[in-house]
Amino acid sequence: MTARTLAQLAAGLAARKYSSAELTQAALARVQGAQPRLNALISITAESAQAAAAVADERLAAGKAGPLTGIPMIHKDIFCTAGVLTTCGSRMLSNFVSPYDATVVARLKQAGMVMVGKANMDEFAMGSSNETSFYGPVKNPWDETRVPGGSSGGSAAAVAARLASLATATDTGGSIRQPAALCGVTGLKPTYGRVSRYGMIAFASSLDQAGVITVSAEDAALTLQAMAGFDPRDSTSVDAPVPDYRAALDAPLTGMKIGILKEFFGEGLASEVERPVREALATLVKLGAVVKEVSLPSLPLSVPTYYVVAPAECSSNLARFDGVRYGHRCAEPRDLRDLYTRSRAEGFGAEVKRRIMTGTYVLSAGYYDAYAIKAQKVRAVITDEFRRAFQDVDLLLAPTAPTVAFGLGDKTSDPITMYLNDIYTIGANLAGLPALSMPCGFAGGLPVGVQLIGPHFGEAKLLGAAHRYQQVTDWHLKTPAGFAEAFA
Amino acid sequence: MSLTSKEIETVAGLARLQLTPDEIPVYAQSLSRILGMVGQLDKAETGLVEPMAHPLAGQVQRLREDAISSGNERDLYQRNAPQVEAGLYLVPKVIE
Amino acid sequence: MSGAEQGSWETVIGLEIHAQLATKSKIFSGSPTAYGAEPNTQADLVDLGYPGVLPVLNAEAVRMAVKFGLAIDAQVTRRSVFARKNYFYPDLPKGYQISQYELPIVAKGFLDVMQEDGTVRRVGITRAHLEEDAGKSVHEGHAGVSAIDLNRAGTPLIEIVSEPDMRSAKEAVAYMKKVHTLVRYLGICDGNMQEGSFRCDANVSVRRKGADKLGTRAELKNLNSFRFVEKAINHEVERQIEILENGGKVVQETRLYDSDKDETRSMRSKEEANDYRYFPDPDLLPVVLDEVFIEGLRARLPELPDQKAARFQQQHGLTAYDAQLLTASREMAAFYEDVVAAVPTDAKLAANWVMGDYSAFLNRDGLEVAQSRLTAAQLGGLLARIVDDTISGKMAKEVFEVMWADGSDADAVIEARGLKQITDSGAIEKVIDEVIAANPKQLADYRSGKDKLFGFFVGQTMKATGGKANPALLNDLLKKKLTP
Repeated sequence: MTARTLAQLAAGLAARKYSSAELTQAALARVQGAQPRLNALISITAESAQAAAAVADERLAAGKAGPLTGIPMIHKDIFCTAGVLTTCGSRMLSNFVSPYDATVVARLKQAGMVMVGKANMDEFAMGSSNETSFYGPVKNPWDETRVPGGSSGGSAAAVAARLASLATATDTGGSIRQPAALCGVTGLKPTYGRVSRYGMIAFASSLDQAGVITVSAEDAALTLQAMAGFDPRDSTSVDAPVPDYRAALDAPLTGMKIGILKEFFGEGLASEVERPVREALATLVKLGAVVKEVSLPSLPLSVPTYYVVAPAECSSNLARFDGVRYGHRCAEPRDLRDLYTRSRAEGFGAEVKRRIMTGTYVLSAGYYDAYAIKAQKVRAVITDEFRRAFQDVDLLLAPTAPTVAFGLGDKTSDPITMYLNDIYTIGANLAGLPALSMPCGFAGGLPVGVQLIGPHFGEAKLLGAAHRYQQVTDWHLKTPAGFAEAFA
Repeated sequence: MSLTSKEIETVAGLARLQLTPDEIPVYAQSLSRILGMVGQLDKAETGLVEPMAHPLAGQVQRLREDAISSGNERDLYQRNAPQVEAGLYLVPKVIE
Repeated sequence: MSGAEQGSWETVIGLEIHAQLATKSKIFSGSPTAYGAEPNTQADLVDLGYPGVLPVLNAEAVRMAVKFGLAIDAQVTRRSVFARKNYFYPDLPKGYQISQYELPIVAKGFLDVMQEDGTVRRVGITRAHLEEDAGKSVHEGHAGVSAIDLNRAGTPLIEIVSEPDMRSAKEAVAYMKKVHTLVRYLGICDGNMQEGSFRCDANVSVRRKGADKLGTRAELKNLNSFRFVEKAINHEVERQIEILENGGKVVQETRLYDSDKDETRSMRSKEEANDYRYFPDPDLLPVVLDEVFIEGLRARLPELPDQKAARFQQQHGLTAYDAQLLTASREMAAFYEDVVAAVPTDAKLAANWVMGDYSAFLNRDGLEVAQSRLTAAQLGGLLARIVDDTISGKMAKEVFEVMWADGSDADAVIEARGLKQITDSGAIEKVIDEVIAANPKQLADYRSGKDKLFGFFVGQTMKATGGKANPALLNDLLKKKLTP
């Protein structure tokens, strides 16, 4: 294995095997080299990365480094980064230089991390294949004719190709976990409120959560440690102490009760995916876990619930893009209405428009109760079913996605087919639960992911189970053939 | 569930999205499909259930003390603005 | 329109008052709220609706709204919710206004409003909710464009929605004035109408007298002075009656009052597709208030205008009307109380002077109580000289003018101008004797029945004393002397 995890790189930096400047140079070279093939990034920030690496090297030399200091990383382009283009994968923001840093960006900067670029993504995080990006689709490093998943497709592809050992990501309906599964990397979506949303361009505010895509669960723990915690600028951020995630990794799994989500092992799940997922379960049992079948009868309603709640919030969140204060503005507007309708029509892609219109419709007079309120009620029912399930089990286990990575263009013609990619991931967003996807095998040479879902603020449990699993397996260390050589 | 072109135009108008004549039937079709799928919700028993607007039950709004924490950053913020003059954002004339 | 025609119609008015809360920072951001800054210098990322930013609620705005609720005997909602009101407008940066919809912070209160004739009308207050103000569009001075200043965006507002309980423009104004008084007493709004800190929309309809059903209403916007409220409503009532008298129908719409032309006109641009798609704002959580919070604020409420007016009636023997006038502003009431302290035996005298000459001079010079040079202690000192008969009421007016002009004390003016009243009956009798001696014909006429000549003798005597004779004493003595 030549791939380096974040933990390994940190050890190398501490031992002065290489400097942050060297590491950063290598990462930039890899990023630039892979860009024509994968299109994983929207911006490459070589200059600021070199400056940040120099500062990190000073910190390292002064003995003031933390576990993340000097390590190259990539931010999903949904996070605002001061002085750097922040596009959210959209033409609408193709000229937008953020004047401020998102809290997540500021915290990782504070920890001494070195941003080498910004990851491609589905436009405004709306998509499951990265094909809605204004900057073109990202290719899956395992098979460049296939999608990496989405919306954090750039982040997942970048980590899979080891362009960096970590990339931030966001998850509104599976946007961290599904691409992590399709690209064979580890993706963690924390509990809603655990990581600040400030500076993360909103898609659906009650579902969006920032997280991270890494090689290993251990790396996710190290990163979450720096990202998590109360932010006075986000009213929905939770003011609760952040546990020591690294310390919790080694807790034994003996007696841990894992619930199998009955509803997610039926029709629609590809058998080639089911097999490795069940093998992962068997491995966890070998490590001491106890299995219990759990039924959440309303869970199959996750997708319809989500496709009311998310578009409703998105239709309002995206109203601010009007061509007045920032962002795309149409040429020579005839009048105010023309300015609005044309700037927005030109600035947004088809999927974003579809969701804005769906959301506008379900919130409009006469439909609000039938759609918006009904969906909020079903959301409450699903959440309650999860709550009751966690009275009996510690974690829930399910596949992350119903299939392996599909071909570019295969599912773009019908939105519903595309939406069903997130059938197993959406539930955790509706209920605000933490969830993680990790590699558990391959089908036809393509990675398969298994998903663990925890109770609110159960990240330590999730990461611990995943870490124990990754101690006895090496699926997470596999790298795609074309990207085998690791940097540094 | 089937949306008419007229309904699509109304929704696009509310959302301030200009659609070409070709796009209207395309969106009518896909929105109809989506709303049809969403129609599954009708089957759910939700009689006395309180609608859930937020995933963390029991969390309440935190209050910020009344203090000024922002200074004048107009020049920085207006660098992204398509059209400004004398510190004002310009738009086509608003007719009331 | 004839009075008879108007007489068969009843006007129904409800007001939506927007009062800017006097916080230092905005409702959801740390930008300052001060008026009059250079455009867009007080609009931060949150106010500008930049991508990714989030609102955090200002505690003081919540406290102020609760105080208002307590002051109108309303229900203070233990769990209120912020909602988004979605519409596009250049002065609304996010494309939605954060407001409250289904669960406002204040519900169901009332105000008792005294009318000009002294009767009291109770006006129900449906609700009062917190929301953010929009920015301003400047339409003048730029060819073909509107210019947007977002300094005001995010300023906290409380929108006070009344029941349709008012039956005339005058009643509406009296209610609005009462709310204006109240918010200033509470210190939650500066009440400055010119700067837009306190403004209102009026829902106006008319119906046949005796009808149960309300007529179709029009919403009048942009009413930023008491005078405009009255004029705009009266105009609108006439307009609606004329339409109905001619067999037409009133259209439900928003109308803008144009104070330059003194007319209302339809705002069609705002009417189009009026579907605000309210839903709970997912960026904000429910505002939950407990008893400790609410009772803590109740304990710190100042004495409110109605309580103060009742006390003035009881303690000072003032009429309800006078008490109401004196308590219209907290500053005026405090000034009056300080004046009374100098003449505790004659509160009526203090009230008359405060409402009379003092208020008239303030008005004449366009001053507020706080701006006048004359202190309550000085005015009290002047009134004390009336009470102890040093000077007459008439002389006091003269002294007052000097005091107002140069800020001197009453005693100094009286001394300097030799204005001390003559209260020595011997001295006055002497003058009366002289006047009688000099006017034998008038004396004869008076004694033969021409009573009116009494005034002539008063005048002559007063003139001869240089106006300083104590008027009551002069009257008494003169009567005696003139009687044969």
